Amino acid sequence: MTDVKKIATRESYGNALADLGAKYDDVVVLDADLAAATKTGVFKKAFPERHIDCGIAECNMIGVAAGIATTGKVPFASSFAMFAAGRAFEQVRNSVGYPKLNVKIGATHAGISVGEDGATHQCNEDIALMRTIPGMVVVSPSDDVEAKAAVEAAYHHVGPVYLRFGRLAVPVINDRPDYKFELGKGVVLREGKDVTIIATGLPVANCLEAAKKLAADGIDAKVINIHTIKPLDEELVVAAAKETGKVVTVEEHSVIGGLGSSVCDVLSEQAPTKVLKIGINDTYGESGPATELVKKYGLDADSIYEKVKKFC
Amino acid sequence: MDKSALMKTANEVRKGIVTAVYNAKSGHPGGSLSAADIYTYLYFEEMNIDPKDPQKADRDRFVLSKGHTAPGLYSVLANRGYFPVEDLKTLRHTGSYLQGHPDMKHIPGVDMSSGSLGQGISAAVGMAASAKIFNEDFRVYALLGDGEIQEGQVWEAAMLAGHRKLDNLVVIVDNNNLQIDGPVSEVNSPYPIDKKFEAFNFHVINIDGNDFDQIDAAFKEARTVKGQPTAIVAKTLKGKGVSFMENQVGWHGSAPNDEQYATAMADLEKVGEAL
Repeated sequence: MTDVKKIATRESYGNALADLGAKYDDVVVLDADLAAATKTGVFKKAFPERHIDCGIAECNMIGVAAGIATTGKVPFASSFAMFAAGRAFEQVRNSVGYPKLNVKIGATHAGISVGEDGATHQCNEDIALMRTIPGMVVVSPSDDVEAKAAVEAAYHHVGPVYLRFGRLAVPVINDRPDYKFELGKGVVLREGKDVTIIATGLPVANCLEAAKKLAADGIDAKVINIHTIKPLDEELVVAAAKETGKVVTVEEHSVIGGLGSSVCDVLSEQAPTKVLKIGINDTYGESGPATELVKKYGLDADSIYEKVKKFC
Repeated sequence: MDKSALMKTANEVRKGIVTAVYNAKSGHPGGSLSAADIYTYLYFEEMNIDPKDPQKADRDRFVLSKGHTAPGLYSVLANRGYFPVEDLKTLRHTGSYLQGHPDMKHIPGVDMSSGSLGQGISAAVGMAASAKIFNEDFRVYALLGDGEIQEGQVWEAAMLAGHRKLDNLVVIVDNNNLQIDGPVSEVNSPYPIDKKFEAFNFHVINIDGNDFDQIDAAFKEARTVKGQPTAIVAKTLKGKGVSFMENQVGWHGSAPNDEQYATAMADLEKVGEAL
């Protein structure tokens, strides 16, 4: 895939915010000393008066965003997933979730693809944390096109939204004229009858590649991109499970509490199906180049191919 | 409202607090009573508000960062006409809109849900920052406990408020000196409170928070301050107005029984008659 355009979704976040800022004058962006990394610097440069750098104080940043939301403005609070969802969990739960405030949380550097910074900064638990908050919408875009569309959709959705972005550049896979983003709607990227691969975020592109290799072995895999983990597109998931009889979930997140768990929650009630969960297996990450870690932790196309083949 | 009227109103607010907590059979009377004069001044004198239009866009905002003293806030809101005083008796009851801690989604006049200590002040800073960014001229008030300021988030918020020169923000510390585990000075001393806020670039005013002359002077002074947020460190008496609750740590978070309720109301009636 060397000739495919690659963009990190955190870049998409920054660019989308700058576009939003130009269109809507009620958008406020908050950072916690990471504007250069969350890529919100683009917004800051264009609209300095609507940018608040809270310094290294994420818990306060979430509370400040909540206060701004009470005044009818639309704050996007940005930090790494580890700090936005992890450190500030209780602020998100009590100051944003409970009063259902219109706060958007832009969490970049999610998952092990943070790379060299290592385990302390590789958040593989944020989806699990955020989806337990009543009313929280949890979105994990797979590429540049989807990430930008997600930011715009988050702005228009009234209520709290958690947006998950990555540090590593990922292939643009949704660049097609009929692409449409709708919160809560999964996207079928490939039809297939033997197994359904349900993926979110960074590994979606790898799943498409894995599906091609599986096809060569005579395994016809359906691939679904779930950009909205909550609310989950239950109808699509259940229909696919019934259709193919086997489901594999793939996420750059712990196998506990993330997409895999969400899918299992739905299927166990509505269409009991054998599910293989591919993700981070209840362990911490480590330092290393992101692409090497993606491979080491089994989220590259070859690893996914091997696991799905064995499962089928 | 003159001083005598404020004192009478504060006494009514105190009756509402005791009645609410008594009927709830739980809750936090001590810190509600200590701050009753501040609540009363804010809602009857200081703030630009309209009980008939609780959401009016240009209203001043109040955040009860020490959310457990909700009985004080609810009583002042009820006495100000946001909802019936009679409803105070439903505090903490299943199905009542009067939740144990302030709930902005269901209680008219509550500008921010709060209760997890340290979080309210951040929301207040956000409101004040928003007013500055969008050139709106409402003011924002946040009431904190002296135990609450042990939370690190308070100082994260204070640092940003000072840094952004939020002169539309007034932080009030209800310094009744008692928290659940004992005197704040013994548990984990926050003193000197005034010096700490000064160090965070606040204009600081020390007052007796149960004296309306001093309360009045402090809020008037805060309006003249430019380029700095104001912190009012209000020395108060926990349980103020109810003889057996005054300065007793045990009344931080417990409700009076029938006999105690009768004594408390008799105390307050006597005060009311004298006014």
